[in-house]
Amino acid sequence: MELIFEKSVPGRRGLTIAQAEVPTSINLKAGLLRDKPAELPELSELDVVRHFTALSRLNFGVDTHFYPLGSCTMKYNPKVTERIAGYPGFAHLHPLLPQLRMGGSLTQGALQVLHEMDLLLREICGMAAFTLQPMAGAHGELTGIMMMAAYHRDRGNQKTTVLVPDSAHGTNPASAAIAGYAVKAVPSDADGLMDLKKLAKALNDKVAGVMLTCPNTLGLFNPHVREICDMIHRVDGLAYYDGANLNAIVGKARPGDLGFDIVHVNLHKTFATPHGGGGPGAGPVGVVDKLVEYLPVSVVVKREDGTYALEYHRPKSIGYVAPFYGNFGVILRAYIYIRMLGATGLERVAENAVLNANYMQTRLRDHYEVPHPQVCKHECVISASRQAKRGVHALDIAKAIIDAGFHPPTMYFPTIVKEALMIEPTETESKETLDAFTDAMIDIARRAETDPDSVTSCPKTTPIGRLDETKAARDMDIACLP
Amino acid sequence: MPYIANTDAQRRAMLEAIGLSAEDLFADVPPALRCGPLNLPEPLSEQQVRGRLAELAAKNHVELTLFLGGGFYDHFIPAAVYALTSRGEFYTAYTPYQPEVSQGTLQAIYEYQSMICRLTEMEAANASLYDGGTALYEAMMMALRRTRRHKILIDDSVNPIYRVMIQSYTRNLNIQLVETANADGLANRRALFDELDDDTAAILVQNPNFFGCIDDYTDLAEAAHDKGALLICSVYPISLGILKTPGAMGADIVTGEGQSLGLPMSFGGPYLGFLATRKEHVRQMPGRIVGRTVDAEGRPGFVLTLQAREQHIRRDRATSNICSNEALCALTALVYLSLLGKEGLREVAQLCADKASYAYQKLTDIPGVRPRFHAKWVFNEMVLDLPRDAGDVIGRLIEKGFAAGFPLSRYYKGMDQSILIAVTEKRTKQEIDMLAAALEDVL
Repeated sequence: MELIFEKSVPGRRGLTIAQAEVPTSINLKAGLLRDKPAELPELSELDVVRHFTALSRLNFGVDTHFYPLGSCTMKYNPKVTERIAGYPGFAHLHPLLPQLRMGGSLTQGALQVLHEMDLLLREICGMAAFTLQPMAGAHGELTGIMMMAAYHRDRGNQKTTVLVPDSAHGTNPASAAIAGYAVKAVPSDADGLMDLKKLAKALNDKVAGVMLTCPNTLGLFNPHVREICDMIHRVDGLAYYDGANLNAIVGKARPGDLGFDIVHVNLHKTFATPHGGGGPGAGPVGVVDKLVEYLPVSVVVKREDGTYALEYHRPKSIGYVAPFYGNFGVILRAYIYIRMLGATGLERVAENAVLNANYMQTRLRDHYEVPHPQVCKHECVISASRQAKRGVHALDIAKAIIDAGFHPPTMYFPTIVKEALMIEPTETESKETLDAFTDAMIDIARRAETDPDSVTSCPKTTPIGRLDETKAARDMDIACLP
Repeated sequence: MPYIANTDAQRRAMLEAIGLSAEDLFADVPPALRCGPLNLPEPLSEQQVRGRLAELAAKNHVELTLFLGGGFYDHFIPAAVYALTSRGEFYTAYTPYQPEVSQGTLQAIYEYQSMICRLTEMEAANASLYDGGTALYEAMMMALRRTRRHKILIDDSVNPIYRVMIQSYTRNLNIQLVETANADGLANRRALFDELDDDTAAILVQNPNFFGCIDDYTDLAEAAHDKGALLICSVYPISLGILKTPGAMGADIVTGEGQSLGLPMSFGGPYLGFLATRKEHVRQMPGRIVGRTVDAEGRPGFVLTLQAREQHIRRDRATSNICSNEALCALTALVYLSLLGKEGLREVAQLCADKASYAYQKLTDIPGVRPRFHAKWVFNEMVLDLPRDAGDVIGRLIEKGFAAGFPLSRYYKGMDQSILIAVTEKRTKQEIDMLAAALEDVL
């Protein structure tokens, strides 16, 4: 489709913004002004509406298609949360208001939402307190590792290294490294879980902590997770829970009870806020008692008179990780979701997410390699290794599933499984959808045997075919400039 | 109401197919690790939750007339912005890993990157960062990697919120962070040149700065380049409708807060960090980047590119840990800028400046109210000295229906009587006149 810049007609106007009312009295020194206006497109409102409506129709989203992207928890996003986030009392609230003297009384509704969200997450995760400031999961990881560093600095510990399993999300090692730590990967055992013997070998006084996803990226719950946390604690290390896969155990088990010290939760995954084509998300971080003093400022507190206030004076705080109180609009949507589901609803979420994933694994196991065929949690990882022998790879299967009308699973992750396809159905999908998807996957497996070319030539139903990624990296055409 | 489609009968059929009971599916979670029923409030219906949240929303005083800015502004948002960005095809999609079914998001991000480049007169932009503060931090990290140096100079008229964020992020790193005190509201050249040395990775400045003052940093860019350092400039994107661009000043990396481009203030987020640079630094950029290419039949299309920089490939050696960014907010900024267009953006920026200029005249006519700085050139924000404690005056004006500004003493010593006042195109002449009258009344 043509770029918006190519649709521009010189002199055409969109909308009129405001009335002048006051004289153009400003007389800025010419040297401080730009020589010519920014080359933005010149379009009518209808041109713009048509352009973006047409673009939107080139996308698959949860609202239009089954989207079993593993580790991303692409569940349905209830519409009511959008409606409420648009209430002017929330949408038009300036974040600096509560920082004015007596300004706290101006934003009591918003502060109450934040405070209650903190309490809800404490109960769901079994932690002593949360900060809601991190603006994404990876941002939560960084915040958590910064608190880990503050804890060790405070105790005079000389820690240098953070451990991650070899199946970890890439954000884990990246976050630890950016916070100033060396990163060491601990191999998985034959069952796909962290190898306890190898963990014991990697542990020493230099280890600041371990970052774990539980269930892990293979969708497997590690029954020895408490033991792992205990081992870390014995060297005065901290156990970090990456909440990317919390949907599997929400309402069933709590990271705090499993022995973790720091937890981040992806509100856009477990608590159903929209993924937005790559954000905004939110990654609140919870900690146990001994780490509460390191939480970022500000902290929302409830005073004895029942009003809410922001607390800034926390001498041991790691400081500010966000400009204000986090992605409030996202936090608000997740808060609404939790209030609507309640305890029983959340438990049903985990039960149905796990049932759906196991049902898919069962339906697919005769047709695809399942490297870890035990009961999985919210996602299952299958391998196209059998099909690869016929020249049909995970990538080809992903493209063929597009032609069947579905968004593909996550491909080639976790990297410890060859030809991995990671499927996460979520609880909001129906049996009919799961049957249709698995039928299509079974048909692709059959065609891989009988007519591999019919798979490797996919997709055929999309406006464009497979794109030349090498050319993209080489040409670096990343902006259309005037 | 857990938004679950399957009926009990369907669940039974599925369990039968698996050959396990519902309990078996959680057999791997040892009983000792299970939690009992969570202690959460009773579930609410949609009608109940809307009623309850409407009550909470009503406790937020959005009826105040806003002259409060500080880097976060009350601009007008056309209705078409939300009508387009709220389409489920955009907001319920995720990171466009599968380009064939994500061309809508990918082309939009490519257009957003182009729009940011055109606005700032830079050559490359990424697909977005969390906010203006983390964008400035990421730019600083880029400069440290690029130059392999350890020292950062930052002017204290850069937004103090960003400065405290950078202090937090760098506490565990081997970095020398030097803040220089402004000189009469502008970046202090003498202090900066004194500190600029062979270990300096970058100078960080902002335009217009936190006080609303406009500067031209061409001299700083030249001085930085002479020493092999970079100039990083944080900007207020609306101001670029009329102001000299950081690209024209010779800046190497440009960042900013994109909230003013069609995003509601929403009590602090979600917002939009943008980051643009010159092509030579692209491989040090954090975050997603979309590139244009072709398919086997030569049809143009868009993909995520240069991914070897990123955490999912490079892990602990990635340029950043960022994964989910603020894609929908980037789309919002793109739609907003498309609706305004070339002339519209210029007009909005000019209106902001004109109305601020009018407010400056009206307010400084009040006996005892004086401009804090001699700097003649402000965009839409100004620092005024009041004859009394600014925090008190702001409190009194809240009672009269105005969020009149921000007390600078919160971040700057010796500015107890200084107020930072912002005027956007949304403020009417009548509102400005009423603010002036109210201020005169309380003084």
